[in-house]
Amino acid sequence: MSLESALLALIVLGGTAGELCITRAMKVVGEVHDFRPLALVRVFGRAMRVPWMWFGLALMGIGFFAMLAMLSLENVSFVVPMTALTFAAGAYGGSLFLGERVTPLRWAGILLVCLGVVLVVQGKG
Amino acid sequence: MRSSEGLHLKTYFLLFLMVTFGPVGDILLGKGMKTVGVPPSWTPPEILDFFLRAFASPVVWLGIGSLLTYLICYTLVLSWADFSYVQPASAIAYVIVALLGHFWLGEYVSTRRWVGIAIICVGVLLVGHTAFRTTERH
Repeated sequence: MSLESALLALIVLGGTAGELCITRAMKVVGEVHDFRPLALVRVFGRAMRVPWMWFGLALMGIGFFAMLAMLSLENVSFVVPMTALTFAAGAYGGSLFLGERVTPLRWAGILLVCLGVVLVVQGKG
Repeated sequence: MRSSEGLHLKTYFLLFLMVTFGPVGDILLGKGMKTVGVPPSWTPPEILDFFLRAFASPVVWLGIGSLLTYLICYTLVLSWADFSYVQPASAIAYVIVALLGHFWLGEYVSTRRWVGIAIICVGVLLVGHTAFRTTERH
């Protein structure tokens, strides 16, 4: 496995798992209605007391550092579109881990996003 | 009805902030990391030196600030909306990244890559036509 492939795996899997954990934590906190700064501080204070938030941040941290390393190796307009692979992983994870209803229309949209990613990767150089 | 309109409005507003700050953060990080360069080897001291040089760059910090703003908006919208809706809906940011990469960093973007980006946009439109909350309210 090349260094680029290993970094891509960390970006996609670490990032997606992290975001799923953060979503779970925010669903525990509940819908945010008040967007004033103090209210937002309280929201994030509550979120930080949910263990899922910490798991999520740690996993996203791994994905972030992998992204930083990848950006030093490749062009940003190549690296960032490749991370669109997280959409397929995200929809699958959202359905399994969060109980979201991923309709055929939503899957179609996600598959188009993935097809777009393949073209973006092939179009490199 | 009003509550539903408010929910739509705050969802779209936060998505707008996400697709603005996310790409700008990525571009700034890309620009900053290019000046840092590739480490000669991937040994722990070299990796440490690589990250220390990265964190000494103001452009990298601006990028981190933009990405933190993106993360806050993302986290807030996930308190009510589906992850499988928000994540693909935010993919419009990929178009912005390609445009900024092309026009700001002078990176080459081939025709095939532009077609791929257009297909990503169509996918995002389809996802945008689905309900943004399919789970029970907590």
